[in-house]
Amino acid sequence: MLEIKNLEASIDGKKILKGINLTINKGEIHAIMGPNGSGKSTLSSVLVGNPSFEVDKGEVSFMGKNLLEMEPEVRSREGIFLSFQYPVEIPGVSMVNFMRAAVNEHRKYRGEEPLTASEFLKLMREKRSLVEMDNKLTGRSVNEGFSGGEKKRNEIFQMAMLDPKLSILDETDSGLDIDALRVVADGVNKLRTSENSSIVITHYQRLLNYIKPDFVHVLYNGRIVKSAGPELALELEEKGYDWIKEIEE
Amino acid sequence: MTEPNKYVKKFTEKKYKYGFTTDVHTEIIDKGLNEDVIRLISSKKEEPEWLLDFRLKAYRHWLTLKMPTWAHLRIPEIDYQAISYYADPTATKEGAPKSLDEVDPELLNTFNKLGIPLEEQMALSGIAVDAVMDSVSVKTTFKSTLMEKGIIFCSFSEAVREHPDLVKEYLGSVVTYRDNYFAALNSAVFSDGSFVYIPKGVKCPMELSTYFRINAANTGQFERTLIVADDDSYVSYLEGCTAPMRDENQLHAAIVEIVVNDRAEVKYSTVQNWFPGDSEGKGGVYNFVTKRGHCKGVDSKLSWTQVETGSAITWKYPSCILSGDRSVGEFYSVAVTNHFQQADTGTKMIHLGKDTSSTIISKGISAGKSENSYRGLVRVGKNAENARNYTECDSLLLGDTCGAHTFPYIDIHNESAVVEHEATTSKINEDQIFYCNQRGIDMESAIGLIVNGYAKEVINKLPMEFAVEAQKLLSISLEGSVG
Repeated sequence: MLEIKNLEASIDGKKILKGINLTINKGEIHAIMGPNGSGKSTLSSVLVGNPSFEVDKGEVSFMGKNLLEMEPEVRSREGIFLSFQYPVEIPGVSMVNFMRAAVNEHRKYRGEEPLTASEFLKLMREKRSLVEMDNKLTGRSVNEGFSGGEKKRNEIFQMAMLDPKLSILDETDSGLDIDALRVVADGVNKLRTSENSSIVITHYQRLLNYIKPDFVHVLYNGRIVKSAGPELALELEEKGYDWIKEIEE
Repeated sequence: MTEPNKYVKKFTEKKYKYGFTTDVHTEIIDKGLNEDVIRLISSKKEEPEWLLDFRLKAYRHWLTLKMPTWAHLRIPEIDYQAISYYADPTATKEGAPKSLDEVDPELLNTFNKLGIPLEEQMALSGIAVDAVMDSVSVKTTFKSTLMEKGIIFCSFSEAVREHPDLVKEYLGSVVTYRDNYFAALNSAVFSDGSFVYIPKGVKCPMELSTYFRINAANTGQFERTLIVADDDSYVSYLEGCTAPMRDENQLHAAIVEIVVNDRAEVKYSTVQNWFPGDSEGKGGVYNFVTKRGHCKGVDSKLSWTQVETGSAITWKYPSCILSGDRSVGEFYSVAVTNHFQQADTGTKMIHLGKDTSSTIISKGISAGKSENSYRGLVRVGKNAENARNYTECDSLLLGDTCGAHTFPYIDIHNESAVVEHEATTSKINEDQIFYCNQRGIDMESAIGLIVNGYAKEVINKLPMEFAVEAQKLLSISLEGSVG
């Protein structure tokens, strides 16, 4: 599904990713862990085409297509979804209008007719109950006045609406209390199928108690320095990241 | 090198969908402005002597005036002798038409194309329309339905003929011809427009609207609208405007006067979409408008709502004189400028009565190389006990080659006044755009969404049909502004 080869990227001339190699097949969940500043969020930003970052080198193919050549909105329509670490507020734009614009753009891209108002509202209701999202929240403006937990839940709700092939959860656990974490993780698990894949980016092992990864990678200083099964996460929890740094140096 | 021009033209045409011209026989008087021209206009309209006198006084006063320069606008010199002051597209080769059946069907088609069908059975339900092209009202719909309730809704020319006493009483009572340069010009040469009278205690059952269309080349449009709401009455009035795309500029100088009596309420909404000029700043309408309402009666209320997306230059300050005790004035505005457009717009709230209150919400959106200014006056007279005003004026910038300016004037002569002013300027947030992109929404649609969200407070004040149009218009006006 996703193949990253020797990817290098920088921001404001500062190199952050220094040669990432990663292959993700369909149905797999990959966790990417690492200390602060190791390049985890840069990797997710580069995959979704955030214009603040510069790709210096390397290739990324998604479903056999060259991902790096696509505009951000095309990557979305091709099936890549990012659950933002810090979702922005868009005052005055209702969740209903926002989601309807997004869903219909995706449908247009697939050559499908836009949903009628009633079909769309039905879809909203269905997906909302999946992530246990309050009716009131979808009636409000995008993320405006949402608490930290509500914003994250709203990200998972949007993910459910857009039904991506590859979802990237960027520090979805940060700022969540244990109950909110469970709800968000439940939503992600419900959306899991043998056809779609996820990248779960996290600093702590905690989230991985709820979302079981198939593979765990450790990112350090812009490179993946260790890959293994889920047991690696537990090892990191126990020992911290210092021993990884020692391996590197 | 004809290729790129053709491309640019095609592109702007796509954006300004009202840019077509109508090929009808139009009687246009010779260019130029002098007392004979004014007499000619007056005689074409078969006006009474007092109205001709009014025009001539205004003209003589105008001659003593100079073009105002205080606005934050670069206005090229206007040659008033190079403009024709009267164009009648309804005139047949044999003279003026006697009924709608004699009007060139091309004319009615024009309004159909603009989405304003003039046959009553096809018209939008609940909206009566006075359709004005160039200097003449083509048709007013639902006149007889309204008449049953005693409501007068007709073209200004007809009002002069049929209701001369009302016109004489109120014409120039809110905006005198001495008010300003363009008011004097309009008073001298005004052609058509709408007249509305709502009798005591009547709530107008439908929206009233005037649709202004400039068609003929090298002409100006100088219309005049007069609305009188008698005690305990209510009316919601809409105004829409478009013009063909022409390379030369067209002059539009209008006056709107509104009188609001005891406990009456008037809502006046405008969606102004005159041709803004092309993306290189060529052509477009110069829009110099004086709009003012007088809340004469106690507990009277006047709301102005405007969405300004068109015109090369906009100079416009819909105002409220709040002399009735407890009267209320409101101004809600969205002004969008793109490419080389310039807008200097805002309001005046003049508090004279006791316990009067006013609200001003202004949202400016600038893109391209445009200049967008808010200019507003809040004045509290010495007898206006307990006057209140709340002003919020926000500017949103798209890109860094445009300008946004705020010129608030506050003039308080009574210590009990409470006046609040809030202002913000922000740039369109790239994180918001990227967030939309990541959900599959492209740049232009994202800007459309964000801008509509920003302007929502004002858009929500518009009647439903207009709100939908206005939302589309906001997105279209900003096409090609970023990226």
